[in-house]
Amino acid sequence: MEWDSVAKRLFDRGHDIVATGDLLSGTGHCGDTTFAVVGSTNHAEIGVELTLAMARRVIETMREHPNRPILFLIDTQGQRLRHRDELLGIHHYMAHLAQCVELARSRGHRVLALVYDQALSGGFLASGMMADLCAALPGAEIRVMNLAAMARVTRLPEERLTALAKTSPVFAPGAVNYVQMGAVDALWDGDLAARLAAALRDASSTDTRRELGRARGGRELAATIAERAAAE
Amino acid sequence: MQSYYEATARERIVGILDEGSWREILPPTTRTLSPHLAALDLPAAFDDGVVIGSGALDNLPVLLASQEGGFMGGAVGEIQGAKIVGLFERAKAQRVAGIVLLLESGGVRLQEANAGLIAVSEVIRAICAARVRGTPVVAAIGGKFGCFGGMGIAAGCCTRIVMSEEGRLGLSGPEVIETARGVEEFDSLDRALVWRTVGGKHRFLLGDCAMLVDDRQAAFREALARALRAGENLSLESVQHEQQILEERLARFGSHTDGEDIWRDLGFDKPANVPLLATDALVALSQQTRAA
Amino acid sequence: MERLQFRFDGGRRATAVNSCVVGVVASGNLEVLVEPTQASDDCTIDISTAANGFGEVWHAVMADFFERHRLVGIRISINDAGATPAIVALRLDQAIEEFTGPDSR
Repeated sequence: MEWDSVAKRLFDRGHDIVATGDLLSGTGHCGDTTFAVVGSTNHAEIGVELTLAMARRVIETMREHPNRPILFLIDTQGQRLRHRDELLGIHHYMAHLAQCVELARSRGHRVLALVYDQALSGGFLASGMMADLCAALPGAEIRVMNLAAMARVTRLPEERLTALAKTSPVFAPGAVNYVQMGAVDALWDGDLAARLAAALRDASSTDTRRELGRARGGRELAATIAERAAAE
Repeated sequence: MQSYYEATARERIVGILDEGSWREILPPTTRTLSPHLAALDLPAAFDDGVVIGSGALDNLPVLLASQEGGFMGGAVGEIQGAKIVGLFERAKAQRVAGIVLLLESGGVRLQEANAGLIAVSEVIRAICAARVRGTPVVAAIGGKFGCFGGMGIAAGCCTRIVMSEEGRLGLSGPEVIETARGVEEFDSLDRALVWRTVGGKHRFLLGDCAMLVDDRQAAFREALARALRAGENLSLESVQHEQQILEERLARFGSHTDGEDIWRDLGFDKPANVPLLATDALVALSQQTRAA
Repeated sequence: MERLQFRFDGGRRATAVNSCVVGVVASGNLEVLVEPTQASDDCTIDISTAANGFGEVWHAVMADFFERHRLVGIRISINDAGATPAIVALRLDQAIEEFTGPDSR
């Protein structure tokens, strides 16, 4: 899915988002609201540079545009798998980005995210999954790891995982499973600008994914266990 | 049990908290087992691999979570994640000096795939939210399984990290990188290489962890108490400062191919000796040379 | 996974009130949870094991264990990840020792 066509649909009053390598950055106008936009394209491998660039954008927004909402546009194949990025502390760079997002939220910025193509764990945890609300296009895929690698690490047969990925929401990569589990609010189709405006209005700043997962039946235990741990 | 590395999750709690202060929340008798493991015909644990509760650390009231690396490599599934997140919820209502996380985890529990990823994400968010509220979250990393994957990000979100030389902290484990990119990219069997890349000493010198201690329960206890007392500081100013530090790190070390090159740049004339230095000697030497 | 259950009676009643757990569900290891059961005169053992087909071995190990301690009014629950009989026996002994130890009241 081309980011450009998605941006056109989201920002009915125009945008100035540019792609610099794999980084997406700019502003978009949806109705009367200006969004700071940051994200990735080309199924980006998220390494230290890209993470730092995204954090820079969030910080700039906090500093120069108080209360401006932020939208992450997500298309990633996951974290960059390189010795060099580990050496430099990529986990720490990503943690920095996550903290920037949380700080922005606490300072009154709404943070939304849209997975417009794919999203894999490490490329997604510090950005999209930190949002007040994360949406996805109907064809989007969200996964933890490719099945072959999962099979190697877990020593479960790949055929078994492939079968599970077809039938079990816990293993299936389609974004609809994440909707059911409460991590994705909804699949967005049609008038994306209207969806974005509604999300801005309705998104909660507390983490409601557990309750959503329970209400939708996709993740039945997390909310209850957390409630018991909090209260007992 | 003197060694933090050798200790189980429960033994670490005994070694770190004030005697008699521990009260477990959702103990094994509550049988909070993972339903997903049964579906895969895998053994489950009554506490799903994490022990949570309240106690005192050097008289500081704390909430604490201790991961059991021996169970599924400490990987986080739906139940474990929910227990930890519930602990953080508790911190909103209960007066605590901070939250202590004894981390030992490979990250997302792959056997629970999507549920595991969401669980880790909720933990990361809970840590960040606690900090923004002014509650320090301090982490200890010093076990056999290290702290990787999404839990590596979670660790990085903590106020301060205490590590031993034996500990490892990163995002993608060496085996994962080797499987994806080949042995030339990262030889996961080269232990010395692994520790130069993600081990406690390197993390300390790089500035990713605040304190480096010996592999003794008592040493972790003392450092965690200090870490808690140093307070919480997340603000626009602090993240701007961190942004600058991380940009400098990239500029300065981005072309280096080995930990030794970084240590040399940090002022160690004989970087090959760093792995041989005793912890206190290294800490003393680094006062002059720390990146952060 | 296999589930097994055993029941023994004819022993002295445990007086401890606190449950306890020992061991870790790691390969070759097991966790043992001991809980007092106020209203019963027996010792029940519930086992969930990753190693299938060893029912008779488990029975022998449990019978030996009960002979060693002869404790009733308890429920023992086990999650096993393929431990040897020797390790199983060791963990059971450790569990009972902790259960009846000085902190158990």
